[in-house]
This record gives sequence, C-alpha cells and structure tokens, in this order.
Amino acid sequence: MEQVIANGLYLGAQYALIALGLTLIFALMNVLNFAHGQMYVLGGFITYTVYGQLGLPFVVALLASGVTLAVIGALMEKFLFRTVIRRSHREESTMLLAAATAFFFDAVILLLFGEKQRGVPKIVKGVFNDAGIIMPYDRLVVGALAIVFIAAFVLYMQYSRVGRAMRALAQDRVAAQLMGVRVDRYSMIGFAMGAMLAGVVGGLLVTITGVNSGIGGPISIKAFLMVMIGGAGVVGGAIAGGFILGMMESVGLTVLREYGDVTYLVIFAALMVFLSVRPNGLMGKPWG
Amino acid sequence: MTLSRNIKIAAVVVFLAIVFIAVPAVISASGRFDLYYTLTSVALLSIASAGVWLTFYIGRINIGQGAYALMGGYVSAILVMNHGWSFWLTLPVAGLFCAAASVLIGLPILRLRGVYFAMVTLVLTEVARLLALALPITNGAKGIVSIPLPGALSVFGITLIPDFATLQNSRLAFYLLAVTLMVACFAVMYRLVNSRIGKLCQSLQQNEELASSIGVNIAYLRVIAYAVSSFFGGVSGAIFAAISQSIYPSSFTVTDSVNFMLNCFLGGLGYVFGPMLGTLVLYFGWDLLFQTGQFQLLIYSGLMIVLMLVLPNGLLSLAEMTRKKG
Repeated sequence: MEQVIANGLYLGAQYALIALGLTLIFALMNVLNFAHGQMYVLGGFITYTVYGQLGLPFVVALLASGVTLAVIGALMEKFLFRTVIRRSHREESTMLLAAATAFFFDAVILLLFGEKQRGVPKIVKGVFNDAGIIMPYDRLVVGALAIVFIAAFVLYMQYSRVGRAMRALAQDRVAAQLMGVRVDRYSMIGFAMGAMLAGVVGGLLVTITGVNSGIGGPISIKAFLMVMIGGAGVVGGAIAGGFILGMMESVGLTVLREYGDVTYLVIFAALMVFLSVRPNGLMGKPWG
Repeated sequence: MTLSRNIKIAAVVVFLAIVFIAVPAVISASGRFDLYYTLTSVALLSIASAGVWLTFYIGRINIGQGAYALMGGYVSAILVMNHGWSFWLTLPVAGLFCAAASVLIGLPILRLRGVYFAMVTLVLTEVARLLALALPITNGAKGIVSIPLPGALSVFGITLIPDFATLQNSRLAFYLLAVTLMVACFAVMYRLVNSRIGKLCQSLQQNEELASSIGVNIAYLRVIAYAVSSFFGGVSGAIFAAISQSIYPSSFTVTDSVNFMLNCFLGGLGYVFGPMLGTLVLYFGWDLLFQTGQFQLLIYSGLMIVLMLVLPNGLLSLAEMTRKKG
C-alpha cells in the first residue's frame, strides 16, 4: 500500500509538471497545444544527446533542453500562432496549426534521432528500501526535482512581475491590455515557458523511462486528461489533475491487474462520468 | 450563396458527370486501377469528415469521429461474420447503432464546450480502441479478418446490386458505392444546412445562451446534429471494414480522428463542401509525397503549416477572396 502511494506521488509530480506547461499556454492564448507531447520528446532527446552522448553533466543537459524548447516555443508563438489568430475567423483554427506542428515535430524527431528507444546512464545509483517502500534513488531525485520546479513555477507566477502580468492576461486579455500590459510580449514569454516546462520534464524522465519518437501523442493525451480533471487554464487544477492521474494510474495498475490491461479504460470511463457532473473539471473557469 | 439556381444545378451535373463517368473512363484508359482504391478512400473519409463538419457547425470541435468509424466497422463485421447478415443490411444498422450510441454519449458530453469537448472526444477515440481490445466479442488485438465481400442485393427478385465476389472489378464496384454514398451524404448535408434546422444550428455556433433564451431547444438540436455526425462516421467505418475485409482495434486511431478534423479545417469550416475538398487535397497530397520517402511527413506537415498561415479559413475561402476583389 505504501509502495502504491509512493509510486503515485512520484508519477503525479511528473504529470503535474507536464500539465502545467499545457495549461499555461491554454490560459494565455486559448490554444490547445497538441504538440506538447512532442515537445516533451524533443526535450528528452536533447538531454539524451548532451548527457548520454556528449557526456556533459546532467544539469547542463537539463538546461539545454529547457532553453532550446523555450526558444522553439517563443518562435512558434511569434511566427505561427500569433499570425493565425490574427487572420482567422474562428479561434479553433489554431488547433489545425497545433496539430500540424505536432506532425512536424514528429517528423523532425524521427529524422534527427531515429525510431529507437533511447536511454541514458542513471544519474544516481542505488535503491531506497525502508518502511515497506522500494524506490530507486534516481526516481526520488527526479521526483524531488519535479516538486522543486512546480514550487518555483507557482512562486514565480505568484510574486514576479512577469507572473503577475501573465495572470492578468489569463483573466482578461483586453483589460490587461488596457492596464498597459504588453500582451504580445507576455504571450510569447508564456508560450516559451510552457514549452520549456515540457522540455524540462522530458529531460528529467529520460533518465528513468528513456525516450522514443513515438510517445509524443500518448503523452499529449495524458496531459489533456490531467488538464480536464483539474480544469483548463488553472495552475492549481493542473497540479491537482497531475497528482490525481498519477495516483489513479498507480492504484489502478495494482488493483485491476488481474483483469488485464484495463486501467486506462476505467480511468477514461470515470473521467466521462466526472465531466458530465462537473463540465469544467475541479476548478476550471466556465467555458474555458 | 449568391450563385443563381441554374449555375448551381449546372455545377452539380458537372460534378456528377466527373465522378460517375469521367473518372472511371480516365482510369480505365490510363490503366491506373490503383487510383480506384485511393478515390474510394477519399470518398469514405470525406463522409466521416462531413460528420465532423456538422459538429463544427453547432460550435463543437469533434476529435472523436474515429471512435464511431471503429464502432461502425465492428458492428458490420460482427453482424456479417457471427450472425450471417447481408452487408447491405448491416450498413444502415451500423450507422443507426453509432447514432444511438452517440445519443447516449452525447447527452452528457455535449454540455461541454470548447476545448473540453475537443479533449473528451479525443479521449473517446482512445476509449473505443481500448474497448475493442478488451471486449471478448471484438476478438482483441487479432481483430476480425477475412470478412466476405458484400453479396448481392435484390428486392422482390430483381437484383439491384450484383454480388461483389463475382464481379471482375470489385474496385470499381466499391468506388461507385463509396461515391454514391458520398453524393447522398453531401446532398443531405446541403439540405440540412440550408433548412430551418441548419439556421438554428448556426445560432448554436454563435451563442447558445441567446438561442436558448429565444426558445431554441438547444439540447435537442445538438444531440440530433451529433447523432447525424456519428451516423456518417459509422457508415464510412462499415464500408472500410468491407473493403479491407478486416477490422482491428488500430483501424481507426487518434491520428484518424485528428485527420478527420484537419480535413474540415483545410477545406474551410464555413463551407458545406469543405470536408470533401479537404479530404481530397490531404489524402492525395500525402500519397503524392510518398516518393519523398523519409521526408514525407516533414514536407506534408510543413506544407500544412504554410497553408494555415496563408489561408487560415480554409481552401474554399480563396474563392470568396477573389470574388470580393473582383
């Protein structure tokens, strides 16, 4: 039982970090970023290259993943999404763009890194084994790092000038603009930060699960799930959704083991029922 | 919509002549019989995309059409294989089954809007795949294979459609079947959109609260639209199962659902015939790029991004732009 909870918390921390990036982009731009999973994969491969292939320290690799993805995110916002939002009659058009960029990233990743499953050497060796919980040290480190990143993100959004501006933007774009917030600039920063979070999680998780070019889509779906559970566009909701999904996955894999591979089926069904009762998730704003 | 009645009729006649006479003639002259399969796929995919377009029309982003296509395929395959039904009977049954299922699913989830609906329908596609893997009747990952070709259809002793297995060229038969259904489907769509219900649906797209406040029964309308949409998805899935004579849980996946949505976007959300054009362009574009080998996906998605930047309102908006200028 303790083991199940520990696994759930570890998974939850990872998932929450993935969902945060997605929800940030959604809150600022009203864009559902289909390419989020692909950004995660890209981050994973960059860490694989820098840490696994070139042998540089893990911290450098993580930084490289984060910075590269932030630059990509900023460019995507400036040259793609901003243009389409301006020219299109309907907001949904950004979804085609997002899906197209997802395909594009898939193609680029496949060309650059191939289709093989890639892993890197462990960052910390050894296994923690006490009080009925068995957990490799590297998972503990990665879990702790994820929680540190989440805390840093929340504090940054809460107390920094940039964070305040972005929260204002998420609440009411026009009002924020009238108060002198430079909407374009902060949209770009927000998109960059969302992409950076995806890249950082990819870099963190490549040390444990490895990475391959095909997992982008499934990761995106999981991120959508978390955002739906918590409510789209809300930071607290993304964190809650991440931990809830992590916990459900961990418990489900244990409890439903004898029925075969039905954990996700049960989670999806539960989500449908939940959403018909609470259409906006746990704490989403209405009609986000 | 400013076109006069005569021009419209002429356009329809020309279109019918192209798909029913010109295309088969050109194909038999050039000997490229593989094109039949491509064009059949385009016709079927555009039927499913038309369904997605209809949900766009009531202001919902539908990424769940793959679920209904899969469902329709399985219903038809199971009825043919396990119960010995005729394919022609399973075709409407598959559509109706999907429509009924979509009413049950739609009642709760159609309350959702915007990205919530989009994400739930995306999840629905995954649910359908996992269900097909888990249920005993669908035969798991092995799928249902060697489904017989559609048999003869006769009413009161008169054979309307011959047995596909006895035909020399079953590709042509499937092509004609798919194209006929596509024409019927878009005729229904056109009629629907230009009817009173169509106008009401448009009011849902713009403002549901306002529509509801002046007495439009929004809950009823959106379930109807969703059911029609799923009916199209089920029919196209059933024919796909018959053509490939097999169906697997991976026959329709999230990628297919996303593609149905992209077809609508590319053609233009404001135009009834957008999904048809979008499907044609995307499917043929993908096929043509096959020669570029490993760069296929890269070029394809790159072109899609460029198209989106240049024509964010779909290909058919090009016609409107030139008309305005001229």
